[in-house]
Amino acid sequence: MADSRDEPLVLGIETSCDETGVGIVRGTTLLADAVASSVDEHARFGGVVPEVASRAHLEAMVPTIDRALKEAGVSARDLDGIAVTAGPGLAGALLVGVSAAKAYAYALGKPLYGVNHLASHICVDQLEHGALPEPTMALLVSGGHSSLLLSSDITSDVRPMGATIDDAAGEAFDKIARVLNLGFPGGPVIDRYAREGDPDAIAFPRGLTGPRDPAYDFSFSGLKTAVARWIEAKRAAGEEVPVRDVAASFQEAVVDVLTRKAVRACKDEGVDHLMIGGGVAANSRLRALAQERCEAAGIRLRVPRPKLCTDNGAMVAALGAEMVARNRTASSWDLPADSSLPVTEPHVPGDHGHDHVHEVSKENLYS
Amino acid sequence: MLLLALDTATPAVTVALHDGRDVIASSSQVDARRHGELLLPAIDRVLAEAGRGLDAVTGIVAGIGPGPYTGLRVGLMTAETFGLALGVPVHGVCTLDGLACATDLEGPFVVATDARRKEVYWARYADSRTRVTDPAVDRPADIAEQVAGLPAVGAGALLYPDTFPEAHEPEHVSAAALARLAAERLAAGEELPAPRPLYLRRPDAQVPKNYKVVTPK
Ligand SMILES: [Zn+2]
Repeated sequence: MADSRDEPLVLGIETSCDETGVGIVRGTTLLADAVASSVDEHARFGGVVPEVASRAHLEAMVPTIDRALKEAGVSARDLDGIAVTAGPGLAGALLVGVSAAKAYAYALGKPLYGVNHLASHICVDQLEHGALPEPTMALLVSGGHSSLLLSSDITSDVRPMGATIDDAAGEAFDKIARVLNLGFPGGPVIDRYAREGDPDAIAFPRGLTGPRDPAYDFSFSGLKTAVARWIEAKRAAGEEVPVRDVAASFQEAVVDVLTRKAVRACKDEGVDHLMIGGGVAANSRLRALAQERCEAAGIRLRVPRPKLCTDNGAMVAALGAEMVARNRTASSWDLPADSSLPVTEPHVPGDHGHDHVHEVSKENLYS
Repeated sequence: MLLLALDTATPAVTVALHDGRDVIASSSQVDARRHGELLLPAIDRVLAEAGRGLDAVTGIVAGIGPGPYTGLRVGLMTAETFGLALGVPVHGVCTLDGLACATDLEGPFVVATDARRKEVYWARYADSRTRVTDPAVDRPADIAEQVAGLPAVGAGALLYPDTFPEAHEPEHVSAAALARLAAERLAAGEELPAPRPLYLRRPDAQVPKNYKVVTPK
């Protein structure tokens, strides 16, 4: 584009889990990425407590919007649209962000775009490496997701290739960190210990890698159990647990399977770009092994900087800007927060034939 | 003066516009599961009915509960964000006070709303404008002595006739009543509190199994 001022200026709001994120982008340029996290409040529970997260979102939202506008140096009047994570995620947490985005868009007279959290994780890479190649293979790994997705147009076509059949990769990190008494969240601390350990010290199982197993699905539950048993056996025998070797060997088992399957999916589909996103993409070993294997396979690897990999508002704004640029239909004022929004719906247009059942029975709006 | 009042602390999604003298438009829908979907279209309808734009609003009034959290937050987040975008003040009003204000009872009475989990949110009033106890959440049987002999209003009173034999309407709060009450208090020079939620309960500190697992189908 000749003049970047012609590119859409969009504010994005993300509240699907424990980060209150507000980002502002112009086209594929990042202007602000303000995040308030409630992670410390969840630490003593060993995982994200939905009600604690929702309360924190309500408190943090207005200050975080303010901060993002100041950081970007733009006026709310100049925005071309407001984007918000409509799902998937925690129902009550999503609803806070959706309520804020609707009110903001309505009050400013701007179009509202309810977008998909997973598609946003992919689209954020545009802020780092420019326009997404079409098609792009994406490996999304975090405490909530482990998915392999293929997208030919991030605003309209995201195809699930595979996903975890039990735990998310990030969850396995949290659980093993708990067993090793290393605290929450587990990802960064395991990464740190693993750097001083031997990844080949213990042969932990690689889930779903047999010849008859689904090629692109993941399973981390068996690995988690195997690691926990191994540690318990050591403790029961009165021996010291080699924390660094356990961390390194466990981490190797996870990233080996993730990268192997992602590269295979690229080869099978003839896709020469792989992007990795989600909180686990910050893992140093995942980055290194993915780089090595992609190079060997002639695949270009794109991994955004860690702050853009974890949940944030900039990724939502990035996808919103793409919706505006490609003239996608805006959402209507009755846009629901949809905890189980399918990955195949990159956004929720106003005249939608949105017919899958909303997950209101488990965590309904009046509880 | 043009006040936009809204409340989502009870099963009602309720919106009203008050011009300083009277309520000029209002809407109330009862659907405990769709606060998030119903609120903004209701605001849009009420403004259209009154022939006013949101930019004409000079203040927002939000019911701060107590109420079941998820729904309560929809109204508070909406009100706060309007305040940010429009640069107008956002006033909090206790939802139970809104219900009290809508009664025509003369003497002392009780307001009780449904807190679910077999409990009620409640407070005692000397008259329709004077609350004499802090809002609380309790099992009806545990407060029977404190409310004995008093008439009561609200869904919580209607639900538990053993504790509240003299229960009657209104069942849910209306934003019209909330707006009237806020307009009265502002006219009297009172400061209304910030729109902070009255949760009255600690969060259930439980990490659900498989938290945040979002597997594409
Ligand atoms: Zn995420």
